[in-house]
Amino acid sequence: MMSTLTFPAMQLAGRNDNFWADAGSKLGGAAVAIVIFLAVVGLLMFFADRAPKKGRDFIQLTLFVAPALLLLATGLIWPAIQTMWQSVTDRDGTWVGLDNFQTVFTDPTMLTVLRNTVIWVLIVPIASTAIGLAYAVFIDRSKGEKILKSLVFMPMAISMVGASIIWGFMYTYRAEGFDQIGFLNQVLVWLGGTPHQFLNVPPWNTFFLILVFVWIQTGFAMVVLSAAIKGVPTELHEAASLDGASGWQRFWSVTVPWIRGALVVVLTTITIATLKVFDIVRTMTGGQFETSVVANEMYSRAFRLGQPAIGAALAVVLFVMVIPIIVYNVRTLRQHREVR
Amino acid sequence: MSTPTPPRTDVDADLGGIAASEQPKAKRVKKRLTSRGATAAAIVIAILWTIPTFGLAISSFRPEREVKTTGWWTIFENWGWTFDNYNTILFESGASSASLGSYFINSFVITIPSTVFALVLALMAAYAFAWIPFKGASWLFVMVFALQIVPLQMALIPLLRIFNYDWIDISGTFAAVWVAHTIFGLPLAIFLLHNFISEIPRDVMEAAKVDGSSHTQTFTRIVLPLSVPAIASLAIFQFLWVWNDLLVALVFSGGTVKTAPLTQRLAEFAGDRGSDWQLLTAAAFVSIIVPLIVFFSLQRYFVRGLLAGSTKG
Repeated sequence: MMSTLTFPAMQLAGRNDNFWADAGSKLGGAAVAIVIFLAVVGLLMFFADRAPKKGRDFIQLTLFVAPALLLLATGLIWPAIQTMWQSVTDRDGTWVGLDNFQTVFTDPTMLTVLRNTVIWVLIVPIASTAIGLAYAVFIDRSKGEKILKSLVFMPMAISMVGASIIWGFMYTYRAEGFDQIGFLNQVLVWLGGTPHQFLNVPPWNTFFLILVFVWIQTGFAMVVLSAAIKGVPTELHEAASLDGASGWQRFWSVTVPWIRGALVVVLTTITIATLKVFDIVRTMTGGQFETSVVANEMYSRAFRLGQPAIGAALAVVLFVMVIPIIVYNVRTLRQHREVR
Repeated sequence: MSTPTPPRTDVDADLGGIAASEQPKAKRVKKRLTSRGATAAAIVIAILWTIPTFGLAISSFRPEREVKTTGWWTIFENWGWTFDNYNTILFESGASSASLGSYFINSFVITIPSTVFALVLALMAAYAFAWIPFKGASWLFVMVFALQIVPLQMALIPLLRIFNYDWIDISGTFAAVWVAHTIFGLPLAIFLLHNFISEIPRDVMEAAKVDGSSHTQTFTRIVLPLSVPAIASLAIFQFLWVWNDLLVALVFSGGTVKTAPLTQRLAEFAGDRGSDWQLLTAAAFVSIIVPLIVFFSLQRYFVRGLLAGSTKG
């Protein structure tokens, strides 16, 4: 078998189409764009420095803040306002009040979408945080902590599209009696069960999509909480164990209160990420089989089904759902800081 | 990853300072925290978390027939390795082939400028907010901070419409993707860089001013060199965010081999060739290899950047 190996690079050397010419011109284009950008910025700075003394300060200030603010105004603030406007108008721009929102909150497909989003938000933050916290405690100051950490943190680095394919492969189905090629179905068979079509059967398929995101987010929770745990003073643990507290009791009465701030940050951060989850659903099921969530539905309606008004309404729903979480986060952190 | 020695935490350092008579007790506490059961549980979790990626990596090097009929865990019974899958997905041309080679280039062409543009503009704005006093500065800064929570979804449709204006007309080009990523990266970048830049001691900045240095000179000679750690973390975060992004690419790239990034092609390929696992596994591995290299080589900056920027999007 080994003799049949040909390295990708060998194939590459024999290419006769214009792959390299194409790649070269694209990369060259990017390089030129960067050079021009930096040159313009540099030149503007050079001239701003030599502007007439009167008004120089103003010119310099403008040069420094105006580009970013202009981009934010035209690319984020103005579009967000337009989206809000679009959510209360129809295709021609006539006012329709809350009709689009009524559709979002009454249409049966939409109700499934909302239900799924709620399930995601209820499970992912708690599951990721719980597993991440347990793992962080287990490996704290153990041998090989660094390696154990990076194994669980690694999924955080890769794209959700990549993660979706990794898990799509785990979930692959072969009919009963055939050799399974998906690991989870093989496990089912080993346990004496029958293979299951993980992604096609509602309502459980949503949970199998959720598992992918838990796999990704656990690493994040673990790294943040691990850093927080390292901040717990050893004396507190000593005092508690002198009082006869068991490891479990010390965990709940010493560690958890001490890292409360970090826990809130982790939970709220993951909640917000979960609300916006899109790539996983789109790549793994495309929102079929009753698995769609708000962010995926927003994209489908606005860009594939030609219903921008509904898409806009969904975007606004997403925005509104994010706000209370942020407010809670900011408030708890402030209280926490005051207590300290 | 280069230092396999157990990490020396602050707590470890403190232990050294404790009087000799108390040391055994401290050790006992430490021992009970990392009991054998806990270590076993940790190893089980670590294995569970690694299996999916491991299986993918193995399968991407197996011949088509083996991948499609046997599980990767039977690799020892069904021995066989090949680079064919990579050859096929990267370089084979044809209507239904992945041509990931071109998309791989596209991902770099999208990611590098998007990172540079966002960082330079954010650095300038952050400097102005921190060190150029002007009317309404704090109000504007709070505004920029608040923009972090606006979901991308709020901006997509109108921004696409702006890109379609006759006098702009960049929709479906690299420029559209660069501009979109730059804008979406700015609020977080300005906020974090401002936090960092405003911590530069006032004395340093005053001294520069006394020496007659202008804002531009102060910015390039003092602020930039001092901000290198923050810039590195943020650059890595923005790089990975853009590299791994799917949504912005779908809306603004146009989706052809001319401009679309790896993630977009991969998602599409998964839809078209969903059962060709020998190709899909290789394709997924190609798309995650760059983030993995960044992750394992720059882990410290990576973690910092990621922790700082995890609410983005």
